[in-house]
Amino acid sequence: MQYKSQAVAKPYFIGALALFVAQILFGLVMGLQYVVGDFLFPHIPFNVARMVHTNALIVWLLMGFMGAAYYLVPEESETELFSPKLAIALFWIFLVAAGLTVVGYLTVPYATLAKMTGNDLLPTMGREFLEQPLLTKMGIVVVALAFLFNITMTVLKGRKTAINTVLLLGLWGLAVMFLFSFYNPDNVVKDKFYWWWVVHLWVEGVWELILGAILAFVLIKITGVDREVIEKWLYVIITLTLVTGIIGTGHHYYWIGTPEYWQVWGGIFSALEPIPFFALTLFAFNMVNRRRREHPNKAATLWALGTGVMSFLGAGVWGFLHTLAPVNYYTHGTQITAAHGHMAFYGAYVMVVLTIISYAMPLLRGRAANSNKAQVAEMWSFWLMTISITFITLFLTAAGILQVWLQRVSDNPMPFMVAQDQVALFYWMREWTGVVFLVGLVVYLWSFFVKGEEKAA
Amino acid sequence: MSGSFTTTTARNIFYGGTLFFLLVFLALTFQNEQIIPQRDQREMLSNPQIAAGKKLWETNNCVGCHTLLGEGAYFAPELGNVVVRMGSKEAVKAFIQSRPAEGVPGRRSMPQFGFSDQDLDNIAAFLDYVSKINAAKWPPNVQG
Repeated sequence: MQYKSQAVAKPYFIGALALFVAQILFGLVMGLQYVVGDFLFPHIPFNVARMVHTNALIVWLLMGFMGAAYYLVPEESETELFSPKLAIALFWIFLVAAGLTVVGYLTVPYATLAKMTGNDLLPTMGREFLEQPLLTKMGIVVVALAFLFNITMTVLKGRKTAINTVLLLGLWGLAVMFLFSFYNPDNVVKDKFYWWWVVHLWVEGVWELILGAILAFVLIKITGVDREVIEKWLYVIITLTLVTGIIGTGHHYYWIGTPEYWQVWGGIFSALEPIPFFALTLFAFNMVNRRRREHPNKAATLWALGTGVMSFLGAGVWGFLHTLAPVNYYTHGTQITAAHGHMAFYGAYVMVVLTIISYAMPLLRGRAANSNKAQVAEMWSFWLMTISITFITLFLTAAGILQVWLQRVSDNPMPFMVAQDQVALFYWMREWTGVVFLVGLVVYLWSFFVKGEEKAA
Repeated sequence: MSGSFTTTTARNIFYGGTLFFLLVFLALTFQNEQIIPQRDQREMLSNPQIAAGKKLWETNNCVGCHTLLGEGAYFAPELGNVVVRMGSKEAVKAFIQSRPAEGVPGRRSMPQFGFSDQDLDNIAAFLDYVSKINAAKWPPNVQG
């Protein structure tokens, strides 16, 4: 750690991991509800568990991004953070707001929560992933703006590199696109159209800039390859991302009342969206192969390479599988979508946050890298979580193919619930694989406490 | 990647390329806004029941289990065409009303929301409106 103020990243990383645990526990609850329908009913119905699962994911990734920014921006800008105090204050505000929101989801009926939190003033709740009460949404905007102010001021007073420029662009894009969550017209077609400006333009747009910047930073540190080379790659990757991803939004506009020309535009551009992820994989492997130093943190290197491969598989390959309109006509809104969502989020965003945590946490704790024993434990957790998410994806894909066949293709299409019973075997296999994922997560957390001989920073 | 392809070149291609495709996307969005009035049944929105029904849809987090035009959760049936599938708005209302409060042993069950008759009318009006949106012949069949 070169700058004292980088230390503010630590609580963000710890908070992120705590929410990660909550996300996985509620994921297991939902997975069980798929096969034991009355599990925890009516106390925690499926929709409540799902809100906690998805919202915890979004918030912990945002926390991870913020922690990453607080860690890498001072080092890139070669200056102390503009205001470490503000960063710490924002952490607690964000954590308490997230905690209260989850408590709200779990303790009062959603309709009551909406009434209590002023949804009548400006109805924004009850849309997928944007379920947060108005107060929470406004809190997110305030925290994001104050965070961006802090980070931007730091960059402005220091050195401007491609990495911190791209990171800032991504983070500003994230905040700006979130403003569309306040637009909720009665017209369902328009509602859905602009809802994607938050959801798609986040995960298939600006978030990829953040991902690229974090990965580029870690690769410079662990490989010692020239900044010039790495920054060029970064620009090429994010060019490919936005050139394909912006119009790629059209692959969500096939069946929601929008005109048919989106089937062509969305199909062509989203079919190209795997290319930037493939470039990301090449980038990670190339840089590690051309490394000029042997960094003692092998676990961070593994996470960085894993991000390249798994984001390509999850976002790239599994996205491409169902992105063309003639295919999507049958797969839209089935377990195929769920399969893609799980591997893409894990491969791209979970893994990149774990990459920066793996690299930065030992330094924040005063050593260049963790002991060999601790790294071995961390690498075990890498394989446990990565292999289990791969199998979760495969089982959901199998369930999805069967569901599509039984419910949409066969001569006598089955009703939804009848088809669900037919694919229950795959839901059971997914649930057990989810338990393995949880074991991997426990091993991961345990690795932070494994002692052994450590190299000084 | 070396020689004349410098970081500055890469950066300029990034800004130029992004701006160009962003403008194309905005042009497509503008075109979209011109065409959707023929498809989105907006004239139906003069009936205040639909907006009220949409709000009930949202404040009870229906999308947390169901899909609507294929978007949402995959735990419970598609509802974009539910009025067509069940045959009438009355059938949809009766179904919602008849959900047991304690659920069905071992099975997935929709919660009993305790809606008033007026609420039910509003929800049914909303779902009826969605079923009339021109969604390019999706879903493939009535099962959703």
